[in-house]
Amino acid sequence: MEYHFNTLHDFMVYTKGVVYILILAILIGFVAFWSFLNGRDPDRKPE
Amino acid sequence: MSISRRRFLGWMGAAGMGVTLGRSARAAGPKTFPGYPESVGVLFDSTLCIGCRRCEAACNKVNHLPPPERPFDDLTVLEEPRRTRWDSYMVINKYYPNGRENPPAYGRMGCNHCKEPACASACFVRAFAKEPTGAVTYDETVCVGCRYCMIACPFEIPTYEYHKVLAPRISKCTLCQPRLLKGLLPGCVEACPTEALTFGKREDLIRSAHQRFRMHPGRYMEHIYGEHEMGGTNWLYLSGVPFAEIGKREDLGTRAAPEFTAGALAAVPLVVGLWPVLLTGIYAISRRKEKMADEERTAAVADAVAKTQAASDEKLSAAMEKAKKEKESAVEGAVKKALEEAEKARKAEMAEAEKTETPEAGAGEKAGKDSEEGA
Amino acid sequence: MSSEHATAHKPVMSPFTIVAGIVLILGALVTVLRFTGGLAATTNLSDYNPWGLWIGFDLLVGVALAAGGFVTSAAVYIFGMKRYHSAVRPAILTGFLGYALVVFALHYDVGQPWRLPYPFIVQSGTTSLLFEVGACVALYLTVLFIEFTPAPLEWLGFKRVRNLVVKLTMLLTILGVILSTLHQSSLGALFLIAPSKLHPLWYSGYLPVFFFVSAIIAGLSMVIFEGGLAHKYFHDKMDETHLREKEDVAFGFAKAAAWVLAGYFSIKVIGVAVDNNWSYLATGYGAWFLVELLGFVALPCFLYAVAVRDHNMSLVKYTAGWTVLGIVVNRLNVSLVAFNWHLPSSERYFPHWMEIVISLFIVTIGVLVFRFIVTRMPIMHEHPDYHGEH
Repeated sequence: MEYHFNTLHDFMVYTKGVVYILILAILIGFVAFWSFLNGRDPDRKPE
Repeated sequence: MSISRRRFLGWMGAAGMGVTLGRSARAAGPKTFPGYPESVGVLFDSTLCIGCRRCEAACNKVNHLPPPERPFDDLTVLEEPRRTRWDSYMVINKYYPNGRENPPAYGRMGCNHCKEPACASACFVRAFAKEPTGAVTYDETVCVGCRYCMIACPFEIPTYEYHKVLAPRISKCTLCQPRLLKGLLPGCVEACPTEALTFGKREDLIRSAHQRFRMHPGRYMEHIYGEHEMGGTNWLYLSGVPFAEIGKREDLGTRAAPEFTAGALAAVPLVVGLWPVLLTGIYAISRRKEKMADEERTAAVADAVAKTQAASDEKLSAAMEKAKKEKESAVEGAVKKALEEAEKARKAEMAEAEKTETPEAGAGEKAGKDSEEGA
Repeated sequence: MSSEHATAHKPVMSPFTIVAGIVLILGALVTVLRFTGGLAATTNLSDYNPWGLWIGFDLLVGVALAAGGFVTSAAVYIFGMKRYHSAVRPAILTGFLGYALVVFALHYDVGQPWRLPYPFIVQSGTTSLLFEVGACVALYLTVLFIEFTPAPLEWLGFKRVRNLVVKLTMLLTILGVILSTLHQSSLGALFLIAPSKLHPLWYSGYLPVFFFVSAIIAGLSMVIFEGGLAHKYFHDKMDETHLREKEDVAFGFAKAAAWVLAGYFSIKVIGVAVDNNWSYLATGYGAWFLVELLGFVALPCFLYAVAVRDHNMSLVKYTAGWTVLGIVVNRLNVSLVAFNWHLPSSERYFPHWMEIVISLFIVTIGVLVFRFIVTRMPIMHEHPDYHGEH
């Protein structure tokens, strides 16, 4: 976190790298949360 | 106002968020990254360049490039405009800004080693790196050969080995990074006989340039090309004629290349974060509509069924009513008849009355029940 | 390839077969030359013009025209427009083939194609929009492949796997829309880094949005355009439902396309306004820009509307073709015509004939594979075992 960035490029390499990892986590998280959210939905189709 | 702001910042600091927030705010907003503080560069002073091409020769030699078609001491080469190629990392071009009868001016084309290199920002395998020395280097072991760096570079510097079949590479000036690490000067600087090329810390070079402006009033366009162009470059240029006259674009602006793409890149995670919410929302709405339509349909069907049922019930009950009436009248008739008969029989034969009376009473009971249900 | 079908009741050599055959032979020869002689032997690419037809057409146009897959599946599965259901499979198939061919074409263009996975397995350049494009195209190709598999699985009779895949429909559709939004727009954003090279009328901070919105238009128009062609050539492969919904799909999509075109036209005009580029309209490039804006955006927008109002099927089809051409013009403008506009004409790029051959070669492969699949698998008709199920 406290790493010092000399260039905007280095900063972006670092932050975008973190963002891409987050994106993966978000996508998986959405699927998991959606199924949790609808897990007890009475009119959920038996899939 | 300022107190609440300070307090707010204090809270952020206390929450340990100051650093992260500050950084992200700096990336998008007013924050400028200073670049590597000790980075070096080269100052090209066009007013001192005599177009001898010794820098080109030295560059060719130290980088082990193939020998040129025409030797470096052939200065007629300068009459044709040239650009960097896979086999020449830098070229000197000759210009006649004041007409052919007046002395020419020289310009250098080669990698300017941007502080924020467009090539590095564009490369999807991070083949380019901005080194702490100031050099922008290229790693051929990961290069895929997409040539997006060539699209991105505002100075049109990177070149490609189009003629190679198996492992074509990008080629461009390295600021002699390998020599810098050994403590040597870049090849071109070392070879320059007129001090048109000066090597030094970028900051010192800028100071030196301003000194030249002061010492030789009127000699220079008072602008250091590369100090701010595209976020600043480690190669800096001085000229006695407008920079456009010696092959330098003056319309590039001062924004660094990564800033142009920052917005689009920032939108990517937003799409990933919000699209699923939006899309499943729309999906849920359309599903719900469908469900409601289904329910409505079911209800309509049920209603229709009920109506038909009711209609048929009515018919049925009407029929039953009719039947009942008929039955009743029949029963009445029967009862009447029976009574009459009974009367007759009683009159005729008092002793046998019990035998005929029982079915009469049964029929009367049944009629009573029917009329109750009908009500 | 599918000669037994095409030639069963036609002369042995139809004009299409002859042309396709010639293109395939030429393409094969140029392919050999490309991979033995390098890019210099087959292209007019130069240090000033690193991207040519293979990026401008094969990548940019290819991806835009393959947008029908995500547009149709989103309309049907997310927006609940079930009446267009029969259009989903052909659109998904075209999308899948489109993306597969884009990736195939990239192997010709990049210097070291065997390193194409490097951004994901060796070193990632996360600051690059090309990384974003690459990641999304790779993922979306996978998504499209999975979305496409029910057809071959039904054809081959793998019921259980097929049913499993069908259950993933919603998930894949949403993922497909996300990935398409990202890479369609990022293809436009590729050029954001080069404001000094792209003509101001085409360069805009809105480039990603322009590319995304026009991709939707391309997707809608391609579904109509292809539907028209398929109706002509694969009529016997279509079932009742498909034939019945065909018109409905065309008019529905035409209406949508007219509406989206209106939006696209608006933001294009706003794009000129926010950068104050009005004065450029009076130049030669300005005239060409107006041809694109009025001839290939405003005109089809109006024609679609007229066609829908008049219920004019043939006008819908011609407009769809014209719109598709407009997308081609736009992508080539951004990547080739208006790119490097500042350079003298001697340094400008014009494709080598071999580059054109490869582009035609790839389109031809696409058409042939499409025909091969459509004549065999349940694309334009339902498989009898899964009647009314999906």
